[in-house]
Amino acid sequence: MDKLLIHSPILVIAIPLVVAFLTPLIGRAGGKARNVLVVASLAFVEFLVIILARDIYLNGIHIYTLGATSPALALPGGAMVPIRIILEVDGMSIFMGIIWATVSLAAAIFSLSHMARETGQTRFYTLLLLMVAGCFGMIFTGDLFNLFVFLEIASISGAALIAFRTRFADAVEGGFKYIVISAVAGLMFLFAVGLLYGQYNSLNIGYLAHVMQYSMLDKIALTLFLVALTIKTGMVPLHMWYPDSYTVAPANITAMLVITSHACMYAVFRVCFTLYGITLDPATVGWIVVIIGLLTMFVGVTMAVFQTDVMRFMSYHAISQMGYMWLGVGVGLAVLGNPEALATYGRAAISGGIFHILNHAMYKPLLFMTAGALFHRTATRDLNKMGGLGHNMKFTLILYIIGTLSIAGIPPLNGFASKFLIYESVYQFNPVLAVVAMLVSIITLASFTKAFQSAFTGPQLPEYKDVKEVPKSMLIGMGILAAGIIFTSIFPGLIVERIVNPATDALINQAAYVNGIMGGMP
Amino acid sequence: MMEYIPLNFPFLAAALLVGISFYILIFKRNLIKLIMGIGMLASGVNLFLVALGYRAGGNAPIYTEVPEGPMVLPVPQALTLTSIVINVAVLALMLTMVILIYRHTGDMDSEKSRILKG
Amino acid sequence: MLTKIVRTVANQLILFILIFGLYVIAHGHLTPGGGFQGGAVIVSGVVMLLVAFSSQELKKSLRERLLSIMESSGALIFIGLAFAGIGIVFFYNFLVGTPIFGRIPATGPGPGDIWTGGFIPLMNLAVGLKVVAGLSAVVLAMALFSSGEEIEE
Repeated sequence: MDKLLIHSPILVIAIPLVVAFLTPLIGRAGGKARNVLVVASLAFVEFLVIILARDIYLNGIHIYTLGATSPALALPGGAMVPIRIILEVDGMSIFMGIIWATVSLAAAIFSLSHMARETGQTRFYTLLLLMVAGCFGMIFTGDLFNLFVFLEIASISGAALIAFRTRFADAVEGGFKYIVISAVAGLMFLFAVGLLYGQYNSLNIGYLAHVMQYSMLDKIALTLFLVALTIKTGMVPLHMWYPDSYTVAPANITAMLVITSHACMYAVFRVCFTLYGITLDPATVGWIVVIIGLLTMFVGVTMAVFQTDVMRFMSYHAISQMGYMWLGVGVGLAVLGNPEALATYGRAAISGGIFHILNHAMYKPLLFMTAGALFHRTATRDLNKMGGLGHNMKFTLILYIIGTLSIAGIPPLNGFASKFLIYESVYQFNPVLAVVAMLVSIITLASFTKAFQSAFTGPQLPEYKDVKEVPKSMLIGMGILAAGIIFTSIFPGLIVERIVNPATDALINQAAYVNGIMGGMP
Repeated sequence: MMEYIPLNFPFLAAALLVGISFYILIFKRNLIKLIMGIGMLASGVNLFLVALGYRAGGNAPIYTEVPEGPMVLPVPQALTLTSIVINVAVLALMLTMVILIYRHTGDMDSEKSRILKG
Repeated sequence: MLTKIVRTVANQLILFILIFGLYVIAHGHLTPGGGFQGGAVIVSGVVMLLVAFSSQELKKSLRERLLSIMESSGALIFIGLAFAGIGIVFFYNFLVGTPIFGRIPATGPGPGDIWTGGFIPLMNLAVGLKVVAGLSAVVLAMALFSSGEEIEE
């Protein structure tokens, strides 16, 4: 058990890779063996993430050097710079890791029945496991070029999964837009990594944070990093591809892609807080992030109000909810150089933004999967054609209501807890921002009520008379996420204190990250 | 000022390639031309990475039958190789999707073959 | 199908291309080259055969099942070699010091010794296998796609 704990950062990345390439060989033996293998490996990965999380909350940062004579040996033989690729897992990385392990397990269980009618299922599971491995690599690594490689792995397999059902013409178009945007973003990211390497001769994030002087080339590199990564999260001036791609994918793939865009947001936080830290100009960059957050919230929700396609409607809401996270963390970044403001409301703002990432990662995949359940039974995504499905699909109705109350921020559920934390702290920074955020929340509730009424309530239409409830594996997949929502709603204080606050402290405290690698050198 | 131009030739060439490829990505509408533009962007970034490692008077960074003297940096060459492999996979995926789009809509122009709007 | 001259010359040339590709893969730890580069050379030979004979003819020799098994086993050998050193650290070079590929090379320039390098030559071979299988499947699928039919499952 001890050895499993020491090697767990690399096992979490390597086991999905091995199973991804075992799947074509075992898939020749039959479908059931392959399904059991995929679900068992994802459950084992979830177990490894949980024991690693327990160890990090007790003992601090965990590093793993690939290929050295011992896992924690970052500076062998008295060297002054770290050599070899080093994985560094701190509070924020393991927070994203817990989210990704849970959502990918739920999505894989959902796809056991949702994709049962397609041909080529073996390739589907291979691509799904490659995407899991790619995103874990992006979250756990401590090296800039390694981040680029895993970002591209996750993008390529994500694009192939969006275009998987090639008989729909719009699915292929959505996949094409996704891969073009990801290729351009990845190449700009690589250009910025090249700029930093040319100056400091190292690719390790901890070492670069130690020796960073904010010269002109570093400012150019910061701009390239921010633009390249925020394109992939769906930030507002560059969000045109986001609804097109997320509408046409199979529903559980959209759930996983939402978490992949959260991982790109995590990469932005890593660059701003840990790589540059105090040396960048916090007031300017913080205000830019806050303005972006406001625009994203507002444009996302106003475009969502008049949509008729249920998945497109939900993807505009996903854009809008990301704006809350940018707002919260942007306020924290703007006061990073000001210690008393940071202690009063800055830390609470960052905590609110990060708690909102956790909540969004639970209710948004649930909502996308209910839309997928509707598509599975009625073969259409158009809200004008659906009606009265609440009579037949009772479990889907209950899960949809839980998701709607969560996203609108209604008091018993967890959406309210994180939004209230953001409102409180942002109001002390600037009152106008909190007012806009509350307005957006009201419009969100209004649009979801409209969708609920047109899909589920009303008289039962004759063509949907013998529509049954969805198969059991889809209900289990959605149920895992709903159980997470209810647990977070009953104990929000516990979650904030045990899971969210260590992540916030890990972001603000750049020195702990650097010491994890350099081992206390001056 | 003029004596810096021959020293910085590779960087100027990389900047020119990136600039032309951004022009193609913004203004051209044919899907195959977009793919060629992305290939050109990849070439520009790869040239920039290899040019970072140059040291004056250096030889290739291998030990088999190489003359004595300083060597250029080997790490940017490894980064470039990884980048080339990733771009091969991305270009193959994009070309397959263009073949499928042409089969469904019969048109290579991105304005006329759009289905998703709003 | 092109003319008889082209087909005969292609049949003779593929042997030399194959040997050159294997040379580039096998000497990856001494001279420039390695897994991906040698694999790409061999795939260019396959493309030459695809142009000389039509894709329908080539589909009978390069069956889809064989390519899938080659690709998966290439990747599994690579990750298996990385896992074999897990007693110390993942990716630890456990073959240094053993008689298989384990000699320590002399310092400084000189003619290279092929029995050095640890597990790097073995990983080069695994990557070369995977690249050949993967890229020839891609090229064959695109050629069949354009002429109207598809590779099933």
